[in-house]
Amino acid sequence: MREFLEGSQAVAKAVSLCRPGVIAAYPITPQTHIPEELSKMVAEGILDSQFVNVESEHSAASLVLGAVASGVRAYTATSSQGLLLMAEVLFNIAGLRLPVILTCANRAISSPINIWNDQQDSVSLRDSGWIQFYVENIQEAVDFHFIAYRLAEDKNVMLPAMVCMDGYILTHGLEVVDIPTQEEVDKFLPKYQPPYKLDVENPLTLGVLADSEYYMETRFAIQKTHQEVLKILPSIVVEFKNIFGRNYSDGLIECYKTEDAEKVIVAMGSVCGTIKEVVDALRKRGKKVGLLKIITYRPFPRNKIYEVLKDVPKVAVLDRALSLGAEAPLYSEIKSIFFGKKRTPKLMRSFIGGLGGRDITLDSIETIFKKLSLKEKEEEFIDLKQELLKEKL
Amino acid sequence: MERKVLFASGHTACAGCGQAIAARLVVETAGPNTIIANATGCLEVFSTKYPESSWGVPWIHSLFENAGAVASGIERALKYKGREDIQVIAQAGDGGTADIGLQALSGMWERGHNILSICYDNEAYMNTGIQRSGLTPLDSDTTTTPSGKEFFGNPTHKKPVPEIALAHGIPYVATASVGFPQDLQRKVKKALSIKGPKYIQIHVPCPLGWRHEPHLTYKVARLAVETGLYPLIEYENGVLTNVRKIPGLAVEEYLKLQARFRHLLNNPQELKKIQEIANYNIKKYNLLAQEE
Repeated sequence: MREFLEGSQAVAKAVSLCRPGVIAAYPITPQTHIPEELSKMVAEGILDSQFVNVESEHSAASLVLGAVASGVRAYTATSSQGLLLMAEVLFNIAGLRLPVILTCANRAISSPINIWNDQQDSVSLRDSGWIQFYVENIQEAVDFHFIAYRLAEDKNVMLPAMVCMDGYILTHGLEVVDIPTQEEVDKFLPKYQPPYKLDVENPLTLGVLADSEYYMETRFAIQKTHQEVLKILPSIVVEFKNIFGRNYSDGLIECYKTEDAEKVIVAMGSVCGTIKEVVDALRKRGKKVGLLKIITYRPFPRNKIYEVLKDVPKVAVLDRALSLGAEAPLYSEIKSIFFGKKRTPKLMRSFIGGLGGRDITLDSIETIFKKLSLKEKEEEFIDLKQELLKEKL
Repeated sequence: MERKVLFASGHTACAGCGQAIAARLVVETAGPNTIIANATGCLEVFSTKYPESSWGVPWIHSLFENAGAVASGIERALKYKGREDIQVIAQAGDGGTADIGLQALSGMWERGHNILSICYDNEAYMNTGIQRSGLTPLDSDTTTTPSGKEFFGNPTHKKPVPEIALAHGIPYVATASVGFPQDLQRKVKKALSIKGPKYIQIHVPCPLGWRHEPHLTYKVARLAVETGLYPLIEYENGVLTNVRKIPGLAVEEYLKLQARFRHLLNNPQELKKIQEIANYNIKKYNLLAQEE
């Protein structure tokens, strides 16, 4: 059914349709509306779930860890500092091979404290073993929760997944969204049947001590599974299309007018909507430009990206996050794909923008396309206020 | 009838480990219809070194500070599945309970989960090499509170975790000792018969950290109780319902067996401080057995 919904409301409806038996959350802006909506559904008897108000994000993550280890589907959501406080548990969840699903309402990292959007929080957890999706709009946010549960709980995957949606822009924005029926979701997402769980009939020891004789193989196994996800996800996305009618191609990347493009911007999240608008406008003026949207950041679809960009002369990578002291994360990884390859873009530049909620406007994007013609330094922060940088302490 | 082994021997605990004995007593009293969430610490390390495990009940270890939250998740999952007949235990050492895990425990108690939390109190971070914790007693010599010219060991008193638990209004709080195994088992059984959050803090000597002879574990544990330094108390619904009566032996009897207190033995002033702790407990809980 098509409804005009706030992003958080829409995600809560999607999560509810996934029938999580346990939900745990701790409030942090801008994630709050999602747990609020879910707690309302539980209070009204619309959703049969144990909703637990915990005393920290560390405990929210630990609580859903315990629930999924007990064989029950579970859900949590957070942002920013909350995600960082969870970090220790998130690595642990991946190591325990528990398919927890988490929504990250992307927000800047303190200090200075800032409640507005960027992607430093979830990008900083790219090495945690979690599958990470970055969605462009509210419909994608809804759909990738179904896909996330289905993929994470696949017996050949058994890894947690994070749906990352830009805080405020998507969590508090309104959009007409197609919310599927319970029957459709049940058809796509069967009951969770874990291959292992805490069970008094079959007592298992989970979370053992593995020394140097055994530890490395467990990490290798996660790495290997991530490679397999690159093959498993596309088939799940096809099945999704057959039931729900929406097409996310392979679920890994989206190519927008890249085929004959001479300039392409690579980006993740809601900014892709802005870029598409600029691409359309510039195309009308005869400019051959395009967008490569990364949907699945972990596992990183290297080969897919290579195929799209290998013949594009000029590439800009737009990061809404950074790795302080080194190259921007997405840029660094895109660049590394082309090491030792014969076919490679002639020019690749790193643009960092939108930190702490600074708008990335249509003009910002047009400027990036323009700057791809100039010979300038490799890395550039867009829309920096030079006058602030001149201020003395 | 074949008896299921719930805590198998062959683990790698030190000789005379009080925690290993207490853990076995706890799980054997609880029985097979139990799920355990275990914090990081000695018990986790010596009982689950892959590919072996001592545990005959479903058991999970996640992290150091989150046993309370993991157990909460297990309990809610069981509630969701309609399997509230299954018992849940969250267990940790003194560091995992009184220090790093206290927030998660407080949350668990406050939310009213039907979970028994056990603290195996060996009075320091033994797994990392005998550093002081919030439950390390006054003047104890640890690797981070060494006794020297300026200090007599640990400068602070034991954090009153049973009182903190009580302040949450939970229905059952008790202390126990591995030196009194039947009392310990009775308390575990009683706790598990009560719905809601329960807390039992068990005194477990650590020969390595306390520096006593491994064969003295039982004796050292009993002396802690009998001097009044580790009162065995039991609260039901906030009311003190039971204390173990003691002869009130001099604290030196307990201290002299352990090298962690050796620096006190020729120091009447510091010894007096320790005796005062015992006297305070004896008075507070009326511990002395009546003369015939």
